[in-house]
Amino acid sequence: MKVSLTVNGARRTVDDAGESETLLQVLRDHLGLTGTKNACEQGECGSCTVYLDGTLVCSCLVLAGQADGAEVTTVEGLSAAGAAAVQEAFVEAGAVQCGFCTPGLVMAAHDLLAHNPDPGDDDIREALAGNLCRCTGYQKIVDAVHRAASPTTTP
Amino acid sequence: MVQTTFLQPASWPEALEARAANPDAVPVAGGTDVLVEVNFGRLHPSGLLDLGRVRELRTWGREKGRVRVGAGVTYSELITQLRGDLPALATAARTVGSPPIRNRGTLGGNLGTASPAGDCHPVLLACGAEVEVASSRVSRTVPADEFFVGPKRNALGADELISGVWIPRATGPQSFSKVGTRNAMVIAVCSLALALHPDSGRVGTGIGSAGPVPLRAREAEAFLEGHLAERGAWESKRPLEEAVVDRFAELVSQAAAPIDDVRGSLRYRRHALRVLARRSLGWCWNDYREAAR
Ligand SMILES: Cc1cc2nc3c(=O)[nH]c(=O)nc-3n(C[C@H](O)[C@H](O)[C@H](O)COP(=O)(O)OP(=O)(O)OC[C@H]3O[C@@H](n4cnc5c(N)ncnc54)[C@H](O)[C@@H]3O)c2cc1C
Ligand code: FES
Ligand code: FES
Repeated sequence: MKVSLTVNGARRTVDDAGESETLLQVLRDHLGLTGTKNACEQGECGSCTVYLDGTLVCSCLVLAGQADGAEVTTVEGLSAAGAAAVQEAFVEAGAVQCGFCTPGLVMAAHDLLAHNPDPGDDDIREALAGNLCRCTGYQKIVDAVHRAASPTTTP
Repeated sequence: MVQTTFLQPASWPEALEARAANPDAVPVAGGTDVLVEVNFGRLHPSGLLDLGRVRELRTWGREKGRVRVGAGVTYSELITQLRGDLPALATAARTVGSPPIRNRGTLGGNLGTASPAGDCHPVLLACGAEVEVASSRVSRTVPADEFFVGPKRNALGADELISGVWIPRATGPQSFSKVGTRNAMVIAVCSLALALHPDSGRVGTGIGSAGPVPLRAREAEAFLEGHLAERGAWESKRPLEEAVVDRFAELVSQAAAPIDDVRGSLRYRRHALRVLARRSLGWCWNDYREAAR
């Protein structure tokens, strides 16, 4: 089936998406945008997180056809949209080890900060509860979000 | 592999027609249950019926003492918009999955799946909600405690869709609590909703994940209603005696019909429900007494 969507500001059309394929497959396999990761395909890990019409979603649980006509922002589009502060904070805080979880976490952290510019530890842990990281032990990720929230004041 | 057709009705009447014409097509709202099955190859639907474009399903509104919540209202919307009217449902919604899951997952989808562990269900039972379902021919309502007919089975007909849920607005304190291995992203080991209805002298309960279907603890409800009425406690707002709280908790625990499974044992579930019942009654009765001051 044909699916047209706006990805990171550019109009894209996929002519041969499968009816039961997901937005994640459209992004990675049809459009070659591999920043969005595929790990579990069951909503558990958050590595496939993107914005769909401004709402944070797991792209592995959205049908390609459900995303037809939508605006999608992936991790590749965040810096283009002038939102690189979160990415930088992750690097500076040492919140990236293997990096597999990072795109999803950056998306979730970005969404949190858009709604709550100065989150506490509990807010951060609740907002990132759907993102698994097998490397960092999470503390440095929490640090990174604090740092992104107030880049100048956090050590 | 079967060829799957993708249906995308733009309105509620179109959705009902598509449902009638394609009874084998699987309705999809937020997709947080359906897509897991599809991605894992456990479901090979001949058709997928996307309800995401049906605006009618996304609305909610107040009518007299009740709120009608459209089937397509998401957990995130329940939390941000309906916390005041439906506090226990908003609390339950906040325990579901993670933010991206709550942004997509819907009340109607929870009912469609009808898992004994679905977190909305105990609340709907405790509040005395009614599920509104429709086909292209007729619309009807089903009391929540008749909607769940077996594990992952509900009262929906093959040509029907869930349009919404009618839920009485809270007239007293309510609670929802859930036992799990983590403070997020968990399917309930067991859960309990409690709603006090001081206006009618009623007490509502709902037990999740401790039986083949979500259950009401009817004897516990009747016991507490009787005690509160007999002692004039709704008016006097006196503290509840330990023995009353204990008896209520015991009756809640007995009402469950749990099994041993990967998430917990029968004994643990009964024990945990007793604890949840004690705490829930404590919280709600305290809130009731405080509110009056
Ligand atoms: C990572 C993860 C965590 C989760 N955590 C929880 C949790 O903590 N608690 C919990 O209760 N659930 C949880 N779930 C399950 C799921 O999110 C909920 O059941 C949710 O409410 C499903 O809603 P949906 O809109 O995504 O449903 P969908 O997946 O779109 O549909 C679910 C079922 O309902 C049917 N359906 C949907 N809408 C209608 C309608 N209007 N009429 C008739 N049938 C309909 C579908 O055909 C399907 O059978 C979790 C899921 C995931 C992936
Ligand atoms: S791949 Fe989507 S949540 Fe894991
Ligand atoms: S850095 Fe490796 S999974 Fe998070």
